[in-house]
Amino acid sequence: MTVYSTAAVIIYLVFSPFIACLFSGVDRIVTARMQGRRGPKLMQPWYDIVKLFSKESTSVNDIQKILVMAHCFFAIFSGAIFFAGGDVLLVLFALTMAEVFLILAAYSVNAAYSEIGAQRELLQMMAYEPMTLLTAVGFYLSTGSFRVDEIINTELPLVIKMPGFFIGFCFILIVKFRKSPFDLSTSHHAHQELIKGLTGDLSGPGYGFSELAELYEEILMLGIAGLFFITSDPISFLWAFIAIVLIMFCMSLIDNIFPRVKWEVLLKTAWLVTLFAGGMNLVILSYIGK
Amino acid sequence: MRISKSPWLLHYDGSSCNGCDIEVLAATTPRFDVERFGIINTGNPRHADIFLCTGGVNSQNQDVVRQIYDQMPDPKVVLACGICACDGGIFKDCYNILGGTDTVIPVDVYVPGCAVRPEALIDGVVKALKILDEKSEKMKRGEYRSLTSAEYAESLKKTDNKAEAAGMEEKDA
Ligand code: SF4
Repeated sequence: MTVYSTAAVIIYLVFSPFIACLFSGVDRIVTARMQGRRGPKLMQPWYDIVKLFSKESTSVNDIQKILVMAHCFFAIFSGAIFFAGGDVLLVLFALTMAEVFLILAAYSVNAAYSEIGAQRELLQMMAYEPMTLLTAVGFYLSTGSFRVDEIINTELPLVIKMPGFFIGFCFILIVKFRKSPFDLSTSHHAHQELIKGLTGDLSGPGYGFSELAELYEEILMLGIAGLFFITSDPISFLWAFIAIVLIMFCMSLIDNIFPRVKWEVLLKTAWLVTLFAGGMNLVILSYIGK
Repeated sequence: MRISKSPWLLHYDGSSCNGCDIEVLAATTPRFDVERFGIINTGNPRHADIFLCTGGVNSQNQDVVRQIYDQMPDPKVVLACGICACDGGIFKDCYNILGGTDTVIPVDVYVPGCAVRPEALIDGVVKALKILDEKSEKMKRGEYRSLTSAEYAESLKKTDNKAEAAGMEEKDA
């Protein structure tokens, strides 16, 4: 590890929760304004998470506690690999592992809503995982490497070579950020049929850990989105940041325009988008590559 | 950080006539934007800090009220919304009604009214937030743990006996 990557990992580990809270605070205010409300305070997500950790620690069983901690650990770990400039494939598989721990935690409590939530999370993973893997393949085809530190060593921003992958990846970001569909395994929207589903039986610090993991995961996903814009030129970090802000805004907009999308729609569209946007780009890229 | 900056609430309809529920729901619609205060209407007892209970407790839903209360992690406050939740109200003498919310779980704030007025409800929630902060402070110092519903039932029994005993003494004198 170089000095840069060590610094990046430390910054990621220390500041991710703040930055992610800031992002989602802005997002909540923007969403409220779109709905003609004032919205919460900027750091509301931070207050929420601090509160969760200050509450009584209860868990349905001991296994649930361990599994949620493992979920949190692997979510943070996969991000750390990414910011250290490691292998994108490893990042994605570690992230999947984190996801699986959360699902196991939900199954372990043996409660109706958690179980339906866990089941939907599995379906949801089936819907978006192909696209994340394709994105990794796309990075490889256009740069010849799966390693983040080599991927960012390009002349031109990758989004030029990989517009299809980019669109597909943004599409699944909406799901990854738990925005749309509203009846996801555990959606951010207050009124949804599963009563928080997947995370429904976590409480206090346990729920805090799953929220913390989500914050780290959000930063990681935004990092991958940034990868499409970052080149060897340092100024490109600014472009990446602007792109991320725009992506966040578009996600809010889409979420507010289609607030009642159901999970069946996600299942049908996610693979279509993957096949058309990702697949076509893949074919073109592999021909150009040769 | 004070816990009242992020109060998540749970609304449960006991055996109300729905008058109070409509008021509670109206107060949590986007029109009034309770998210301004960090309030989220969760619908999940495990995530909730404030328990808004409307309507009296009847013989069928008493276990539900107990379970919801027990599933909420400390610190937590209970608001009895409307006169039915305070003491049974207009349904008090029905064969199936046990009484107000405090017949099964400890109540922190009583909000009267039939139906409860939004102003009174907001006032009640503000009071509840203060209590929530106090409880959380005490909890941090390790001085506080709320009663479970079973412990509460025990303590009710004891006080009832006490009252009976006091009555006897009076008679004797
Ligand atoms: S207090 Fe009045 S409005 Fe509220 S539930 Fe009772 S009868 Fe209905």
